[in-house]
Amino acid sequence: MIATHYPILQVVIPLIAAPLCSLLPRSKLPWLLATVVAWIAFAISISLMLQVKDGGTLSYELGSWPAPWGIQYYIDTIGAFVLVLVTAIASITLLASRQLVENEIDSSKHSLFYTAFLLCLTGLLGIVATGDAFNVFVFLEISSLASYAMIAMGDNRKALTASYEYLIMGTIGATFILIGIGLLYMQTGTLNMLDLKARIHEVDSFRSIHAAFAFFTVGICLKLALFPLHHWLPNAYAYAPSVVSIFLAATATKVALYLLYRVFYTIFGFEFSFDLLHLGYILLPLSIIAIVMSSFTAIFQPGVKRLLAYSSLGQIGYMTMGIALETKAGLIASIIHLFNHAFIKGALFMCMACLLSRIHSTRLVHLAGAGRVMPWTSAAFVLGGLALIGVPLTSGFVSKWYLILAILEKDYWWLAVIVLFTSLLSVIYIWRVIEQMYFREPNEGCVGIKEASPLLLACTWVMVLMTLYFGIDSRYPIEMATVAAQALLE
Amino acid sequence: MFELIANQYNYWICILLMMAGLYIVIDHTNLLKKLIGLNIFQTSVFILFISMGKVDGGTAPILEEGYNVFSNPLPHVLILTAIVVSIATTAVGLALVVNINKRFQSIDEQELEQIELEEE
Repeated sequence: MIATHYPILQVVIPLIAAPLCSLLPRSKLPWLLATVVAWIAFAISISLMLQVKDGGTLSYELGSWPAPWGIQYYIDTIGAFVLVLVTAIASITLLASRQLVENEIDSSKHSLFYTAFLLCLTGLLGIVATGDAFNVFVFLEISSLASYAMIAMGDNRKALTASYEYLIMGTIGATFILIGIGLLYMQTGTLNMLDLKARIHEVDSFRSIHAAFAFFTVGICLKLALFPLHHWLPNAYAYAPSVVSIFLAATATKVALYLLYRVFYTIFGFEFSFDLLHLGYILLPLSIIAIVMSSFTAIFQPGVKRLLAYSSLGQIGYMTMGIALETKAGLIASIIHLFNHAFIKGALFMCMACLLSRIHSTRLVHLAGAGRVMPWTSAAFVLGGLALIGVPLTSGFVSKWYLILAILEKDYWWLAVIVLFTSLLSVIYIWRVIEQMYFREPNEGCVGIKEASPLLLACTWVMVLMTLYFGIDSRYPIEMATVAAQALLE
Repeated sequence: MFELIANQYNYWICILLMMAGLYIVIDHTNLLKKLIGLNIFQTSVFILFISMGKVDGGTAPILEEGYNVFSNPLPHVLILTAIVVSIATTAVGLALVVNINKRFQSIDEQELEQIELEEE
C-alpha cells in the first residue's frame, strides 16, 4: 500500500516538484504547485506522526535493500515531531508568499525562487527522515545550497555578501560533518545510524571516535549558529527576502538542533556524550554567552529584522542550554522550546513581511506610528513579542517554565536568575519596537498606508494564534517532547 | 618517528592540505581565493575518504578467479557524491562573487566591509 511509502514520499514529492516548478511559466502556477506540494507533505507528516506518537518507530528500506547495507529511512517520535513542524511552517509560508515574492523578487526569477524553496524543503525533510549518516550530509548540502541562492535574491546588495559568508561557513560546517562521518565509517564500517549506535562501543581505539565526535559537534554548531560560530546568521536573516527569513528562521536552525540530538543521543549515546566527554561543561557556558550577548546586541539594532535575528541566536542558546543540563527534564525543555520558538519567530518575521509590503522598510525609525495605520499587523507583533518574552498564556511561557523547572531540578539557581534576567532584556528590545509602533507620531511615509493584504495577514494570525493556542493547551508539544526524550535517552 | 610519518603518509598529506585550505579561507581577503581555499579543504577530505578504502595489494572488486583481496569501493562512491556537492557549492559561490563584483565593483573583503560601513 502507498501508506508504507510515506517516509520516502515525504522527501521525494518536493524533490520531483522542484524541477517541474522551474518549467512552469510566470509566477502563479509555480506558486500554486509549490503550495500544494507543501500541503501534501504536511498531510503526510501528520499521518506519520499519528503512527509514531506513542513512541513507535517507522523504518523504510530504499529499494528493499536490508538495513545496514541499504539506505534506511527511520522515523521516530522526535523525527515525526520535527517533520510536522517544518512542513507546517513551509505550508503557511508558501501560502502567504505570493504577494511577497511579487513585491521583492524580480519577475523573471519567480519560478526559480519556488524551485529553490522546494529544494530547501526537500533537504530539511531529508535530514530529518533519513537514518543514514552520509545521506544527512547530502541533504544538508541540498538545503544549504538552496538557501544560499534564496538569500542572495534579497534586493539589498548586502544580501549577496551575507549569502557568500553563509556559503563559506556553511560549507566548512558540512565538510566537518563529512570528516566526522568518515572517521566513524573508518572505525565501524557502517553508515546506518542505528548500526553505528550498536557498534560504536565495540571499537578499540577511542581516539578516532573522540575526533569524530568533535568534528560532528563543531560542524553542526556552525549550522546551528551557536556562539561563537554565529557570525553568518544576522546578516543572512536580515537581508534575505522576507519569505526566506520567515522560513529559515523558523526551520533551518531547528533542523540543525534535531541533528544535534541525533548525533549526541542516537549515534554516540547519552553516556558517551555527557558522562565520558562532559559535553555539558562546554555547551553550558557557550549557551549562556550566546543568550546574554545576543540579547544585549539585539537591544542596539536599528533594523527590526536584524534585531529578531539576534534574538534568534539567544533563543538557540536556551535550546542548547536544555541539552547542556544533561537531564531528561532539560532535553524535554529543549524540544518544547524548539517547537514553540519556530512558531513565535515565524509569526514575528511574518509581521516584518507585512510591514515591509506596505512601509517598504523595517528600520525602527521608519516604523513610527505603524500601530495606527496597520493595527492588525502591529497587534500580531505585540502578541508574538509577548510570546518571545515568555508571558503567561503564550507558548513562550510554557517553554521557559519547563526550562526553569529543569534548571531548578539541578539546583542551578544562579542559572535560573540568568534566564529570568535575559527575559527582561528581551522585554527591552521588544518594547523598543512597540514604542515606535504605538507611541510615536507617524512619519510622512506612513500616512495613508493600508493594512497588509488579507491572505498575508490571515497567515500571520494563524501563526500568532498557534503560539497562543499552545500557550493555553500545551498538551501536544509536552506529550510529544516527553515521549521523544524518553526514546532518545534509551 | 620517521616510520610513523612514512607509514601513514596519506594522513599527513590530508592534514597538510586541510590546514592549507582552511588557512587560505581565513587569511585571504579576495573572495575568489577564499573559494579556492575552500576547494582545497574539501579535496583533502576526499583524499581522506579514498585513501582509507585502500587495502594493501587489493584490486578493484572483481569477482574472478585469482582476485582475492579487494579495496573497499564504498568510500569512492560516497566521494563521487561529495565531489558533485563540492562542484555545486563552488558554482554557487562563483555566481555570488560575479554578482558581488557587479553590484559593489569589488571582490576584496576589506573593501566590501568599508563600503557596507559607509552605507549604514
